[in-house]
Amino acid sequence: MKIAISSQSNSIESNVDPRFGRCPFFAIYDTESSNLEFLVNPGKAAEGGAGPVATSFVANQKAEKVFSGAFGAKIKSLFDELKIQMIVVPTETTIKDIIEKLKK
Amino acid sequence: MIGRPIKTRKVAGTPKVAGFNPYGQSQGEVFKETIFLLYEEYEALRLCDYEDYNQTKAAEAMKVSRPTFTRIYMRARHKIAKAFVEGHSIHIEGGKVSYDNAWYKCNECSSIFNNPDSLNESIRCPLCNSLNIDQCRNEGGTIK
Repeated sequence: MKIAISSQSNSIESNVDPRFGRCPFFAIYDTESSNLEFLVNPGKAAEGGAGPVATSFVANQKAEKVFSGAFGAKIKSLFDELKIQMIVVPTETTIKDIIEKLKK
Repeated sequence: MIGRPIKTRKVAGTPKVAGFNPYGQSQGEVFKETIFLLYEEYEALRLCDYEDYNQTKAAEAMKVSRPTFTRIYMRARHKIAKAFVEGHSIHIEGGKVSYDNAWYKCNECSSIFNNPDSLNESIRCPLCNSLNIDQCRNEGGTIK
């Protein structure tokens, strides 16, 4: 299963970004192959509607769970339709913390 | 003697439109009657005929017993058939329903999450797999 995490930078030590739509990077982690990659969020540069742009980007990566510091008001219904689970984590959490917890 | 109160039916959401109107009727003929399709009946039809759930699974999703689900579903089909045959318009409204937009909080790792798979009864924290979770009170909007 693939998961997506909104990240403040492209390193495993970086913290979870408090914005879902406008975070600079998404960490895409595959729980089966333990493969981690960082992808630039196309919603970061979007003029408006960054949330829906980021949502479809994450959905195209086949992520089934999305971790972020917070989600905007429009996002819930989009993810509900796609049956993707949203998880809000405290912003002091790092990408590494999440991956290690998921491995247990 | 008073009957038992109706149990709340859980629905995933409201339909995209408020109803349907027939067209092509002869000039001057107005819609004689309106069929009121309840939200729970719409949901029963959606689960069974659109999502291809069987009635047992659909009943679980709506948090009602299987016989109750069958009655809701039968009523939905009867109403729609009536509207089709007699040429009535359909309004989708009403019913005793609750929406599935709940958020849950994990008491172990303090993460907040939703549960898009409404059929899954035992909810675990997606991060630390703990069962020590509570349902959040705040609904909708930005959550933090």
